[in-house]
Amino acid sequence: MGELFEQFDIWSAFGQTLYLAFFSAIGALVLGTFLAIMRVGPVGIFRRAGAAYVNLVRNTPLTLIVTFCLIALHYQLKIYLAPQDSPTSIVDNGVRWAIVGLAIYHAAFVCEALRSGINTVPTGQAEAARSIGLTFTQSLREVILPQAFRGAIAPMASVLIALIKNTTVAYAIGVAETAAFMRDGLEFRPDLSFLIFVIVAGFFVLLTMPLGIALTHLSQRLAVKR
Amino acid sequence: MNIRRIGGLAGAAALALSLAACGGGDDSGSGGDSIKIGIKFDQPGLGLFESGKYSGFDVDVANYVAKELGKTKVTFVQAPSKQREDLIATGQVDLIFATYSITDARKEKVSFAGPYFIAGQDLLVKADSTITGPKDLDGKKLCSVTGSTSAENVKKDYPGVQLQNFDTYSKCLDLVANGQLDALTTDNTILAGYAAQPAYKGKLKVVGAPFSTERYGVGLKKGDVDLCKKVNTALEKMVSSGDWQKAVEANFGPAGFKVDTAVNPPKPDACS
Repeated sequence: MGELFEQFDIWSAFGQTLYLAFFSAIGALVLGTFLAIMRVGPVGIFRRAGAAYVNLVRNTPLTLIVTFCLIALHYQLKIYLAPQDSPTSIVDNGVRWAIVGLAIYHAAFVCEALRSGINTVPTGQAEAARSIGLTFTQSLREVILPQAFRGAIAPMASVLIALIKNTTVAYAIGVAETAAFMRDGLEFRPDLSFLIFVIVAGFFVLLTMPLGIALTHLSQRLAVKR
Repeated sequence: MNIRRIGGLAGAAALALSLAACGGGDDSGSGGDSIKIGIKFDQPGLGLFESGKYSGFDVDVANYVAKELGKTKVTFVQAPSKQREDLIATGQVDLIFATYSITDARKEKVSFAGPYFIAGQDLLVKADSTITGPKDLDGKKLCSVTGSTSAENVKKDYPGVQLQNFDTYSKCLDLVANGQLDALTTDNTILAGYAAQPAYKGKLKVVGAPFSTERYGVGLKKGDVDLCKKVNTALEKMVSSGDWQKAVEANFGPAGFKVDTAVNPPKPDACS
């Protein structure tokens, strides 16, 4: 085991996975919330645009989205997310485009999770909010979304766990995260392949299991009792 | 109900198939006349499976060796790099001819016959590029796949190189041909196959200054000295009969790839 940790920079691979997961989760939450608002809003064109986004992105393989981000947007359309002349431009651009791809993909799932949360809020509350004179934005902000988020914690937890595991797709565009370590390890130390699997699986289980338990607990505590 | 019934049928069929596959594995041992050989399915010039036909240098050598071993029924199995050790260890293939470089780490899990070819890691660049070797790559952008030894080698000697990894080499080709990345690195045999593909003909060239030695061996079950010796005898016969040279010309000739005759054809190592 120690041998492996000496030969490969496993800690930085784990760190990279956490970095990807953290920032793409924030991105997905923000974008997904916007999408959910679009989908429940009163403007027809936004509703349809939101639905189109969700259906398109949700049904596209993640590998394709991430690869498209780097090859089409970065290399072909020359959209740079990090300075092009820096000595680490490839690594920086790769990581940032991976975060963009992951956020785009998971935003669709966050949107649907949040929409299910919105559905837990009785229609009467929205009607009551509008009837006391709150605008659409105000009723969303003050009445519906706070309850919707609390009701959506459990499905959001599933999305977050999926997102953490899906960060492994970033190896397709060369981000040095946990899946890349696994591939390196299997190539250079085939004699230790079993141990490599155990380390990688153990890392993800240690990461996602407590997270799942904590979020389930939280969802029960914060659920709106009706 | 209907769906459930179909599912049950499919399950039973899958079970029967897998049992049949197991049965096939038993007679592929030393006694029968069939043999299962692992090759690459996606490398032009080496091991390629296209429209129902197998072609490439690895395939030609594999067929020759199988014939010498007295095996008339050859079944080719896809052997992606990562799975090669396991395919042998679990007996899913008897031999592997899949650009399989002989290394000490791999010898822990499998035994090698051969080598039957000495390749070297090289660079593939745009046809009008001025790069003549890894030393010109400082500050340039190099493309490879995650877990490749050649990128590791370049990176070690020239830390100024920026490395873009992908999951497959084919993603590199377009970017190198269009000049977004400066070079692609892996074994020269593989590069030659890519350079000769119709889509990239005239756009890409192999630099031709190998910076490592890759000794392609025949992977087989660890400790099977008997089989190893038989394979080595077959390989030696292939070289002395001139069939080895013919296979080299047939597969690498069209790509304009010059085989390093100082080290090729190689003498097989002693079996252990």
